[in-house]
Amino acid sequence: MMDDALHLGNVRFTNRLFTGTGKFAANAQIPKMLAASGSQMITVALRRIDTSARQENILAFIPKEVTLLPNTSGARTAEQAVRIARIAREAGCGDFIKIEVITDMKYLMPDNWETLKATEILAKEGFFVLPYVLPDLPLAKRLENAGAAAVMPLGAPIGTNRGLETKPLLELLIENCTVPIVVDAGIGRPSQAAAAMEMGADAVLVNTAIATAADPEAMGRAFDLAVKAGRAAYLAEMAEESALARASSPLTGFLDA
Amino acid sequence: MEIIVNGVTETVPPCTIAELAVAKGLATGALVVELNQQIIKQEQWPSTRLEAGDRLELLSFVGGG
Repeated sequence: MMDDALHLGNVRFTNRLFTGTGKFAANAQIPKMLAASGSQMITVALRRIDTSARQENILAFIPKEVTLLPNTSGARTAEQAVRIARIAREAGCGDFIKIEVITDMKYLMPDNWETLKATEILAKEGFFVLPYVLPDLPLAKRLENAGAAAVMPLGAPIGTNRGLETKPLLELLIENCTVPIVVDAGIGRPSQAAAAMEMGADAVLVNTAIATAADPEAMGRAFDLAVKAGRAAYLAEMAEESALARASSPLTGFLDA
Repeated sequence: MEIIVNGVTETVPPCTIAELAVAKGLATGALVVELNQQIIKQEQWPSTRLEAGDRLELLSFVGGG
């Protein structure tokens, strides 16, 4: 079998499902979900400590072999995103960073302009930058030129579980970008993850749909299967669609005329 | 003396970052410290004394997507 690993930064991923640590009912579900899904990359966020509440260390629930992808959520400007990225690296989270800059609190749309500025700065500092963006082809090419390790366009707004609402735009990115395309946000069902992979996405990032399922561990497994199926179908090259029916059995040689 | 901790002005006795963390009951394994926009690594906490007017950020990693 050919080597179908995904190379991002200095890491070789044999699993194309990236996951997130948000919204789990209990942190103890996270290592079980990681084991069931086989996910090798997981996001975390950085926040001020609430000194009045007892907090668990989320990093203690993530096995060492899983790559951490800290995000810059909470940043409203490129400068804030850069600051969070530097803190995350200094704190020992490695060189990967998901740039997430959001100024629109109603739809949680990523601010592509600030995200590009942060990507330019952090890529020069040796980060493996994964910018979370609206799927915009000229922007994606600018991110590529700025040194992004991948581009992560949204399928639908964060946490909506509506799937690939941006499909035609995602297809443009997949078709025209040289860096990997990771569909992030909005994927609510395994079938939607499979659809993204069939289209040729290099990976998907799923958090809400797994974390808020009744059984996150089982849902992690379901997403793993879907991503593998979608990827296998993409590599096998799908047959064409047709407007008219085409018989799959011969139309000659019937028993009786 | 007064310092600003996570955006809030607090009165604290003269102390190091390590002493403040203990006083606040913070588990050090999860704590990330930024002092006046400079990251302070854990091994430097016992030797880093806080001064009046310092801006201290006590951070930790949490669940997020």
